[in-house]
Amino acid sequence: MQYVFVGATRGMGRALARRMVARGDTLFLLGRDAEGLDRCATDLRARAGREDAVVGVGALDLLQPDGFGPAVDAAVAALGSVDGFVVSAGLFAPGPALEADLALAERVLRANFTGTILLCEHARRHLLPSKGQLVVFSSVAGDRGRKPIAIYGASKAGLSHYLESVDHRFAADGLRVLTVKPGFVRTAMTAGLPEPPFAGEPDAVAKRVLAAMDAGKPVVYAPAIWALVMLVIRLLPRFVMRRVGF
Amino acid sequence: MPSRSQEPRVAGWGRQFVPGRELFSEDLERASKGAHLLRGLGRSYGDASLPAPGCPDVLTTTLADRVLRLTDDGVLRAEAGLSLRALNRLTLHRGLFVPVTPGTQFVTLGGMVASDVHGKRHHVAGTIGRHVRALRMRVADGRIVECSPETHADLFWATIGGMGLTGAILEVELQLERTPSPWIYQEMTKHGDLDSLLAALEEGSRNWPMTVAWIDCVTRGRAMGRGILFVGRWAEAHESPPEPPRWGEASIPVPFEAPNWAISPPTVRAFNTAYYHKQLRSKVQGFVSPETFFYPLDVIADWNLGYGSSGLTQHQAVIPRQAGPQGVRALLERLTALSAASPLCVLKDCGEQGQGLLSFPRPGTSIAIDMPVRSGTAAAVAQLNEVVIEYGGRIYLTKDQFTSAADFRAMEPRLDDFMDVRRRWDPELRFRSAQSVRLFGDSPFATGT
Repeated sequence: MQYVFVGATRGMGRALARRMVARGDTLFLLGRDAEGLDRCATDLRARAGREDAVVGVGALDLLQPDGFGPAVDAAVAALGSVDGFVVSAGLFAPGPALEADLALAERVLRANFTGTILLCEHARRHLLPSKGQLVVFSSVAGDRGRKPIAIYGASKAGLSHYLESVDHRFAADGLRVLTVKPGFVRTAMTAGLPEPPFAGEPDAVAKRVLAAMDAGKPVVYAPAIWALVMLVIRLLPRFVMRRVGF
Repeated sequence: MPSRSQEPRVAGWGRQFVPGRELFSEDLERASKGAHLLRGLGRSYGDASLPAPGCPDVLTTTLADRVLRLTDDGVLRAEAGLSLRALNRLTLHRGLFVPVTPGTQFVTLGGMVASDVHGKRHHVAGTIGRHVRALRMRVADGRIVECSPETHADLFWATIGGMGLTGAILEVELQLERTPSPWIYQEMTKHGDLDSLLAALEEGSRNWPMTVAWIDCVTRGRAMGRGILFVGRWAEAHESPPEPPRWGEASIPVPFEAPNWAISPPTVRAFNTAYYHKQLRSKVQGFVSPETFFYPLDVIADWNLGYGSSGLTQHQAVIPRQAGPQGVRALLERLTALSAASPLCVLKDCGEQGQGLLSFPRPGTSIAIDMPVRSGTAAAVAQLNEVVIEYGGRIYLTKDQFTSAADFRAMEPRLDDFMDVRRRWDPELRFRSAQSVRLFGDSPFATGT
């Protein structure tokens, strides 16, 4: 299978890309950090033991939508045909940091919401003819308005909403959409944050996401326990949510 | 909810916590600017990977784990945070394996180099340092330096076994070796007392490339030092099972911290008796996976929780060959008299000393003993060290938490040479650890460094 992968250089995206090339997939990597992309491609080729594990890398910044069209077209052209897009890139900052710095908040909102959705629109055009799969990392943060994650959570809530709508709209045409909702996962992004119970590891998340991709599921929580955690949180009445700290 | 960051603490495998904060980054080159200490998976038992007092930050390398080169002839270059487990999974099916592996695969390449790890093959393959081709490091003045046995050799050999005190190891280049199959042929033989076990270990090392012995270190009297000798070699392709071994996906977790009495003289005696008699025949042989052979304890995740809230330490020392069996016997007699041991007590014969300035092994017998930490542990370690010093041996820094600076000096005449090179590259001793403050004479950082 051939995938365009946006965000393979770090965290959960890195772990997922490693599992994908290990099972024989071919990737084209897009991202912001040119040197990081090259090292990531070298790593994936070495781990897979084949040069065509990654057929190329290219620049793409979620804050620069003008570049999406050419970057995506070049990636698809390099692959020849495309079976799926994976988008694990995104920006994160803790609630207090975003509330204190509105320029940072604007970047997070633009990258996670506007940028990611516009990128998905480009991807969708390539995926519809081949009945391909769109795999996008949203977050459990988008499932319920919560005290510590108002701005980041809003960006992911909007993204999840969009992905569900695209699934409804194009499922009959064969497009498969997978919304990935990670809970707290130990990556560089979350390092130093208070660690809640049920924290997960990137590779375990990757394994679960890959299984959900193969099963054609529309939504996957990872680690799995977060499906239950978020079910409870969604059911809590507002007066409780006002009192609790999460 | 519980929080790591409200009260940041960090500990080694022995779970002796100190104030500290782990910093994580996938970009080690950038993150190592200004760093004072790096750590990998935190499997060193004591304070080797813990921050020096006054500067709580320690840079954890585990997210920097990219493979940068892996050639058909076994040259591997990777970032320092690559775990041995990931490396093994990558190489075994390609007919390649690390020439030297410690007893756990939950270690990083950087940690293996900083400890100059040894293993069951020490008598033929030496330490990992013999197989390191080059290191990429950030040194104290901020430069990035490539060092090897040919280039900046002083820095290279001080870093091999240098406990992370010479600079930040960013990348490691290793020479792997070819294996005829992905299986190990193993023989296990029981020996009823120390003399026969030591003799069998010596003979085993003449005939086998892999040797180690488990020893019962609580039984006294004639059966003192009884144990099981494990010997092995890579199986040849024609004799090994046709299927490749399964590499464990998950391990069994210890779900909670055990009570402190879980490892105590009666339970250890019961375990050791059962373990010794579990093998009914005097000799058992067969094919086992490298995971079973090299990493038996990795099956249980977080097994250190079994030692309870007070944690554990390990005393590992090498008694030089010229001291003879009486040196080993003296150490074991001291240990049994202290009643301080746990079920894990391991003997290994060591071959030639490596070139690392502080490399642990030297020709002789290594004895590793896990001990639950109790109020008298420091005194017990001092008593064991007394025997080690008397017979001209030394301890393995990677395991140590309780040795005194005076005892370390007495057993480590190479320290001055190491410090000369260290000061050449790091005049202000910018790279420090809790262990270097305890044992090397380094000062704590002025608060706020």
